[in-house]
Amino acid sequence: MDAPTAAAAPTTESAALAYVRTAPAAAVSPPLATAGVLAWLRERLFPNLSSSLMTIVIVLLLIWIVPPLIDFLIVNATWTGSDREACLATAERPVAGACWAFIGDRFAYLMYGSYPIAGRWRVDLFFAMLAFGTAWLLWLEAPRRDLGAVYFFAVLPVTSFVLLHGFEAIGLPVVDTALWGGFTVTIVVAAVGIVVSLPIGIVLALGRRSELPAVRLLSTLFIEFIRGVPLITVLFMASVMLPLFVPESWSPDKLLRALVGVALFSSAYMAEVVRAGLQAMPKGQYEAAHALGLSYWQTLRLIILPQALTVTIPNIVNSYIALFKDTTLVFFVGIFDFLKTIEVARADPNWATPVTSATGYVFAALVYFVCCYAMSRYATGIEKRLSTGERR
Amino acid sequence: MARPWESAPGVPFYRDPKYRGIALQIGVCAALAYLAYIAIQIAADNLARSHVASGFGFWNVTAGFDISQTLIDYSPQSSTYGRAFWVGLLNTLVVAAVGIVLATILGFAIGVARLSRNYLVERLATCYVESIRNVPLLLQLLFWYNAVLNALPGFAASFVLPGGVLLNNRGLFLPRPLFGDGAQIFAVLAGAVLLAVIFNRIMRRRKGFWGAIGIRAAFTLAIAVALPVIVLSVTGTRIAFDYPQVSRFNVRGGLEVLPEFVALLLGLVVYTAAFIAEVVRAGLMSVSRGQTEAALALGLTRLQTLRLIVIPQAMRVIIPPLTSQYLNLTKNSSLAVAIGYPDLVQVFAGTVANQTNQPVEVIVITMLVYLSFSLSTSLVMNIYNARYALVER
Repeated sequence: MDAPTAAAAPTTESAALAYVRTAPAAAVSPPLATAGVLAWLRERLFPNLSSSLMTIVIVLLLIWIVPPLIDFLIVNATWTGSDREACLATAERPVAGACWAFIGDRFAYLMYGSYPIAGRWRVDLFFAMLAFGTAWLLWLEAPRRDLGAVYFFAVLPVTSFVLLHGFEAIGLPVVDTALWGGFTVTIVVAAVGIVVSLPIGIVLALGRRSELPAVRLLSTLFIEFIRGVPLITVLFMASVMLPLFVPESWSPDKLLRALVGVALFSSAYMAEVVRAGLQAMPKGQYEAAHALGLSYWQTLRLIILPQALTVTIPNIVNSYIALFKDTTLVFFVGIFDFLKTIEVARADPNWATPVTSATGYVFAALVYFVCCYAMSRYATGIEKRLSTGERR
Repeated sequence: MARPWESAPGVPFYRDPKYRGIALQIGVCAALAYLAYIAIQIAADNLARSHVASGFGFWNVTAGFDISQTLIDYSPQSSTYGRAFWVGLLNTLVVAAVGIVLATILGFAIGVARLSRNYLVERLATCYVESIRNVPLLLQLLFWYNAVLNALPGFAASFVLPGGVLLNNRGLFLPRPLFGDGAQIFAVLAGAVLLAVIFNRIMRRRKGFWGAIGIRAAFTLAIAVALPVIVLSVTGTRIAFDYPQVSRFNVRGGLEVLPEFVALLLGLVVYTAAFIAEVVRAGLMSVSRGQTEAALALGLTRLQTLRLIVIPQAMRVIIPPLTSQYLNLTKNSSLAVAIGYPDLVQVFAGTVANQTNQPVEVIVITMLVYLSFSLSTSLVMNIYNARYALVER
């Protein structure tokens, strides 16, 4: 019982202890600034030696890269012209910049491929309808989004097919898919992938989580097989196998084969995304639904899927971004998608200059970047919105 | 998931979920079997009509085409299609292996940079990740190959990089080490590395002078590097380099790296690094702030906090998606076909399939190769997860 008294004792004689101050410490001078431009500069750019060195290195790097880039893209660029002469270096402009005239000249080809000029309004109408449906679904407060889903997943595919491919009975001449090309084909492939992969993906995800062993095994095998091989082999497979396994009279055209390949591929990836969403649903949701007397399908339709799909919207959009980038691979099975038309256009002898290739690639990169970045911003926005409840 | 709709007495069998499940499975299997049967019938029919050979007999037939990069002996006159397969597979593996190492280094650097408190560093890393991830890899590969490597000067005006490396539009020329007595040098090097590892293991437990990480690292490095240098110079063995030389009509000597390889590697590394950076960032962010604060409160330095507290915990989150990025890189190397690098898909699923006119067999083999990569990786990952997953109570 000695300890407490020993501990209490010092309080009375604290003044005698060497390690306790007797006088207050001198006041620390206030920081030079905690707000404003200078403080921000010191805090974020020059907090210590190593960070300051990095700042300086990066500034030098930017000085080295950015001005020549601007020179190439804008200052020295050629904006107008009708052939390669316009984009060559001349005496008064020794360094030729980007050849935007080339993009301007081949723009229609890059957009529509070889689609007949008289029928291009059909492509434009298709774009407009697609934009309308996309906006309806993406805008979360839009009225009647259930109708929007029906429009997007049922009405749009049929009308788009009629519109783009043609239907003699209503006076739209048939346009062979071999003539389709450019950005149109990229959008068609991406749209088919998007429209088909979600429903098949949901079915596969449910199959993989099913209690029925045969269904589970088949779904798992399909998903793991597709996810284990590169898309290019799936496309090759679709392009050589499909004609082999269907009667000769059907002979599916090239584009259709590629579409089947892309749809199978994206469905397997979509299935895993949906499965992650299903796994995120707490067990209580199922149990509560069962307690209310809902059947398996009612539980899925009314309780589980609406919630699971909502929480996975960001991941679904991310897999759409991957799909959009993957559409470039149809290039390998002889389809004239946007990238392929860039490749064809840049090899055009009419426009053969040292800067044509770089210009074409920069333009293609900008187009893909704008599309993918817009989707990724949307996904981020949804993610923020969904996590509102968890933010403190 | 519990089944509340278990069979109950008085329910007719056709409403019993158990029998319904069985019926559904039988239905699905029967439908699939029927479809497969029909498809095979039609395929056999189509094949018989077109007189296409089938089976794997082509494996031992002489290939007769040349391959621009061969890591094993291969000659168009005498090597078989089977040999061409192995050449292509090795080319895929070599670009994937080099790519994985480089992409990991770049990806970790950028991932850490994205969390930097330095504004410029953070912005630059973010711009890199956003712009690279949103542009298709195929476009990037075409850009590197057609707009960068093909636009390099010819061999006569090669760029000379430090260390005697030449870069021109025919590719990259590295100095080739000449091993006079290869086995001996290799043995010395391997022995030194082994000694260094053993030394490091023993000293890890020590405290005091030997326990300081700087001392330990310095001595480990000294053993690994200085020891072989001393041994080799005492015994008089020298490592010579065959430097590439620009001659009148081409580049002589050195180790030639195809421009296709350089472009593919650049594209894969730059693209995958952006994804790895995101994986690393997510991993580092998953370690709660309290961990860092507690470590700093205990008096650990920033570097120690990162090394001892944050990284070990982040690795658990980083490793699984990181391996899937490695797998993606390997699968993406199949885009080599666009720029003509002789990988598995270009050599085998491309040239061999065309020459033999047996694309189905060839593509099935190619798919099985990639599938075996992916399955072995997920096997390793499952073992890893079982060992290192956080055990929750």
